[in-house]
Amino acid sequence: MANFSIDTRGLLCPMPVIRAQDRVEELSLGDHLEVISSDPGALNDIPAWCRINGHAVLEKSQEGREVRIVIKVGS
Amino acid sequence: MSEAKKAAVLVSGGLDSMLAVRVLQEQGIHVEGINFYTGFCVEGHTHAIRKKDQKKDKRNNALWVAEQLGIKLHIVDIVEEYKDVLLNPKHGYGANMNPCLDCKIFMVKKALEWMHKHQFDFIATGEVVGQRPMSQRKDTMPVVSGESGADDLLVRPLCAKNLPPTLPEREGWLDRETLYDFSGRTRKPQMALAKQFGFKDYATPAGGCCFLTDESYSVKLVDLWKARGSRDYEMDDIMLLKVGRHLRPRDNFKMIVSREEGENHFLQGYRNRYISMRTTDFPGPLVLIDGEASEEDLILAGRITARFGKGKSADEVTVEIREMDGASREIKVAPISPSDIEKSWYI
Repeated sequence: MANFSIDTRGLLCPMPVIRAQDRVEELSLGDHLEVISSDPGALNDIPAWCRINGHAVLEKSQEGREVRIVIKVGS
Repeated sequence: MSEAKKAAVLVSGGLDSMLAVRVLQEQGIHVEGINFYTGFCVEGHTHAIRKKDQKKDKRNNALWVAEQLGIKLHIVDIVEEYKDVLLNPKHGYGANMNPCLDCKIFMVKKALEWMHKHQFDFIATGEVVGQRPMSQRKDTMPVVSGESGADDLLVRPLCAKNLPPTLPEREGWLDRETLYDFSGRTRKPQMALAKQFGFKDYATPAGGCCFLTDESYSVKLVDLWKARGSRDYEMDDIMLLKVGRHLRPRDNFKMIVSREEGENHFLQGYRNRYISMRTTDFPGPLVLIDGEASEEDLILAGRITARFGKGKSADEVTVEIREMDGASREIKVAPISPSDIEKSWYI
């Protein structure tokens, strides 16, 4: 298991989801991916994407206009 | 028992593709969704920008539909490749700058590539004969299947009975008799089928998901190309066309004037790429200047900026002009009279 992070600030949905999706494709089962976004929509979209694609959301938080979501790569 | 056949379905987030997926699922097909992002998709963006929209439900309909249907969804970024579709559409444009037929051909072609790469068996869409004036006509639907290279691997479950049998039907992967014969612009058959499937909530029917079908957006895009002398764009250009009032007081520059706090915040992210201005002694909008503006132009822009702020009735307003490198200076101007703002300036 390894930890990774991507910064998608400045991008609007669905680009943060696409960036997360493309990064997850390169990772292994159990890896953690932190996604930073300035679009509050990511707080809904990334967990929705995780639910339908078999990944888990370990953390999600918002401070001001910045959101942070940690994904655990699933099957 | 043989393994279930696999279909990649173009999922927009609208009702038609939602129904198409469920029709295939009813026949035991394993379905996964593909959603293409062109940069012109209405989904999400403006809601994220405008403060008054921030309390609205921000769900991404394609993701929501996929979750309701229990399928995986793959969102594909085609922003760069899409430029050629928009700039050089073989089949031309619709009522605005929408190259719908070329767009559909391109998306089906990309879906076909995805299908081969992921070893799926066929692709499907929620298209209905006669539903759309350009890409979903009896004479253009075969153009989509032919020019995309999908040919008889492209199934339209909602109107399959109006079209020649496809390979999945001929091979018995799909029972043609249980597919549908919808046609025309009426939405009643889709709504009845949605009811039959128990879909109580679904997004507004297709057609409103692309900014290129919007007249005012298309006018701004054409203005951008004309002003730059070339038909090209970057992602930031197409984002900025969605935000604020756009005025072109002179051929050589235009102003992007924020309309509210959310747009103000969004435009701030572009202050290192455009000259910007705002009033300092009264609340007012943030304004970006796109183009080569002379000192005289900047004074005119300052007067217009003042008109859109709270100091519009003052005799004199201070306007800060900020260069891209952060250097700023102030000018004092009289807000322009509303009657001096020519209607033709509004793009």
